[in-house]
Amino acid sequence: MIAGIDFSLLTVEIFTAALGLGLLIINLIVPGNQRSATGYLTVLGLLGILLVTLSYEGVEKTFMDGMYIIDPFATFFKRLFLVAAILVTISSLPFVKKLGYNEGDFFSLLVFATLGMMVLVSAGELITLYLGLELMTISFYILVSFKKKDAKSCEAGIKYIILSAMSSALLLYGLSLVYGLTKTTIIEQIASTLAAGTMQPLMALGIIFLLAGFGFKISLVPFHMWAPDVYEGAPTPITAFLAVASKAAALAAFVRIFLIGFPAYQEYWITLVIVLSVLTMVLGNLVAIPQTNIKRLLAYSSISQAGYLLLGIVAFSSMGIGAILFFSIIYVFTNVGAFMVVVALSTSTGSHKIEDYSGLYRRAPLLAVVMLFCLLSLAGLPPLAGFVGKLYLFIAVIEKGYIWLALLAVLMSMVSVYYYLLVVKVMFLKEPPQNSGIIKVPNGLQIAMVFSLILIIVLGIYPKPLSDLAMSVAHTFFPFSF
Amino acid sequence: MITLNHYLVLASLLFCIGLYCAIAKRNAIGILMGIELMLNAVNINLIAFNRFLVPGETTGHMFAIFVIVVAAAEVAVGLAIIINIYREKLSSAVEDFDWLKW
Repeated sequence: MIAGIDFSLLTVEIFTAALGLGLLIINLIVPGNQRSATGYLTVLGLLGILLVTLSYEGVEKTFMDGMYIIDPFATFFKRLFLVAAILVTISSLPFVKKLGYNEGDFFSLLVFATLGMMVLVSAGELITLYLGLELMTISFYILVSFKKKDAKSCEAGIKYIILSAMSSALLLYGLSLVYGLTKTTIIEQIASTLAAGTMQPLMALGIIFLLAGFGFKISLVPFHMWAPDVYEGAPTPITAFLAVASKAAALAAFVRIFLIGFPAYQEYWITLVIVLSVLTMVLGNLVAIPQTNIKRLLAYSSISQAGYLLLGIVAFSSMGIGAILFFSIIYVFTNVGAFMVVVALSTSTGSHKIEDYSGLYRRAPLLAVVMLFCLLSLAGLPPLAGFVGKLYLFIAVIEKGYIWLALLAVLMSMVSVYYYLLVVKVMFLKEPPQNSGIIKVPNGLQIAMVFSLILIIVLGIYPKPLSDLAMSVAHTFFPFSF
Repeated sequence: MITLNHYLVLASLLFCIGLYCAIAKRNAIGILMGIELMLNAVNINLIAFNRFLVPGETTGHMFAIFVIVVAAAEVAVGLAIIINIYREKLSSAVEDFDWLKW
């Protein structure tokens, strides 16, 4: 049995786990004053693993009877998580330096959270999926409450743990019902079992529980309550990671379960997904308007972005999946870019209020310009990348005849322009407060910001190579376009 | 004769009690206990399905064991955070956790 297992398929996961464990050990060996070097080591390690993923180009294999799937879809998301983890590690260097304790643990947990996401997107089976999800979430519990002397951070931690554990229990109850009704935990076999039968009430219950569980992780309205509080209280780099990578991972698993596992009940759950999507877009954008804290504003904006991402699932076509893939890349760079500005500013001023961004253009031109482009891209203004991403999503739903849904999404995008421009107005038009000096930005953070900025502009003007890649990946993952 | 349905009803009752406990309790530790009840309801479901539908296999058992292990890890982290807050605030009631807008 063991002889038939090709462990080389797991190289990426094994390396990531080794990196995480290695960082823990290094933290013990290295004397206290030199531990900040572990951050650079993490960046190097993650870059190395990113190179390893290149050898998986076009590989489409399953491991242990479909328990673990290595396909272009999973590899695509793994690269995305690695890039996000690298950017987050770079932006957390100043934070960790200031923290002054447990440096190695912080980066190790970051790597383990990344490993959890990788397992989550590759899982072809419910137990593996659950384990990946929990590995990611438990690492995040600790990361969110990492500033243990800071009341807000601890409170965010306890809120996250209580609500997340509750949603995990709901998800598990759904998984147990699915297992009971199909007698298998392997997603592809679930699909073939369900294809024959009719909808049973218990199955409907299971699907609703699954939707609620995943809805929590992707922070869809009405399961979004935790997001603004946790995003505000958590250390800012972790907020960025939580907002982009954990959301993308949960969405990928959601796509795999629902599109591969339950296509037979498509007409039932699509209605629910449409309702969630509409609620999320409307509420996320409207509640963002009165926010005065930049982290809460970005939290609500990321909730509304999740609503747009759901449109790709509503489309139920390879075009929709391709649009989700394309949008998630852009989403990672724009959001991490915006959060990096927040990190840079809060390490020097210690504030997250939007009014403290006044006159940012005079105090730190680079920060203001990066923030401007990130916000405009999030709002979806051409010619930036966010516009192209939204365009693909809207085309995908219009193709299926949901014109009203696309119109609503465009309308809500316009609302979002308003609150993003409020921040821009404060940054560029207001006078800087007196006795405020020029803000120094660490070199690593500058490089990462410029990198995100260039990608946002280039992908907006010339999106073809990336969109072709996303579409071909989507086509191998989901070859039907009915 | 006890059938699969009895077990499923038991599990759903336990799940509802756990959910009620998690929502109604004021104390963070009480909430965690409620969540444990919910997870145990899931375990009963898994074992019952395995025993009555596919007696020859062990997938459900494996699933239940993993659920127990992960729940233990989750509670360990949760209690650590609660103890940390308790040191600062001398309280573990969730109403006192109001630094952030709820």
